[in-house]
Amino acid sequence: MRMELIQPFINAADAVFAEALQAPTKIADLSMDEDTYRRKGVAALIAIKGDIEGRVILDLAPEVAMRVANQLAGAALPESEQVIRETVCELANMVIGNSVTLLNDQGFRFKVFPPDIHMSEEGLGGSADTEAMVLCIETPCGEIYLNIAMHYLHRRRSERNTVSTLD
Amino acid sequence: MPQFAPLLRKDHQPVRYLVVDDSVFARKNIMKMIEVFGGEVAGEAGDGLTAIAEFNRIKPDIVLMDITMPQMEGIEAVERIVRQHADARIIMVSSVGYQENILAALQKGAKHFVQKPVKPEVLYEILRYVLGDDPNAAGAPVALAGEHQI
Repeated sequence: MRMELIQPFINAADAVFAEALQAPTKIADLSMDEDTYRRKGVAALIAIKGDIEGRVILDLAPEVAMRVANQLAGAALPESEQVIRETVCELANMVIGNSVTLLNDQGFRFKVFPPDIHMSEEGLGGSADTEAMVLCIETPCGEIYLNIAMHYLHRRRSERNTVSTLD
Repeated sequence: MPQFAPLLRKDHQPVRYLVVDDSVFARKNIMKMIEVFGGEVAGEAGDGLTAIAEFNRIKPDIVLMDITMPQMEGIEAVERIVRQHADARIIMVSSVGYQENILAALQKGAKHFVQKPVKPEVLYEILRYVLGDDPNAAGAPVALAGEHQI
């Protein structure tokens, strides 16, 4: 597990949740997981491909998503699948956007795919050989889970250039 | 949310905004801030194409534009709007804030950039800065009687 690739996601999630929900957050649990991911609620899966590859899953219970929605909108919204979907998408976009900013400014080049939302009863498939870090973040709206699996695809461009210069 | 002295046009009318984002939440959030800043939401759009049409229809003082959107992305919409309206004041609002993205937006004619989640005090300062360059708008916030400027 490459912590230097995971840390930007943790930092971004912490900052985004605290700012968006206007309250401090806390990492309640952190563990490594090599099994297929078992979804807790509504999940957004974001795939990343390029110098670094992997996926991030943001997962929260529907009732937590509704509380987040009300907080983001500044008013009580009627519960609906669409509101829940939009909320999870928006949170995922903010966390990923902030994380990839940090990684991109470190010189990594990659493409981030739009969030793929999973709401149905069926499980969320994942590659069995992917070691992931699973975080449970406590927020005033409830627990939000992050499952992060990232690895280097190739050596970074700058490293490749350095090597070829030395050759 | 903290209190802010109203940002007004030189004619003392509210600054008119076009809010462009594919996320309803993001739009609502920005619109809440605009209200606190004493502005008027003249229009909203969920993609770049609609943003161009809305810009032509309402001629806003300021556009707050997301980058990643369906149909047409924000940076392309900026380019098209600025091509027709060189004096357009567009501020990019995105969670993706890496330098290449910001530079691309500025090169196409955006005036500034603010990263999501948007902090009201940051957006306020950026609006002050961008409006300060606008002949139709007051550069500094207009304090109402009994209010203190920040």
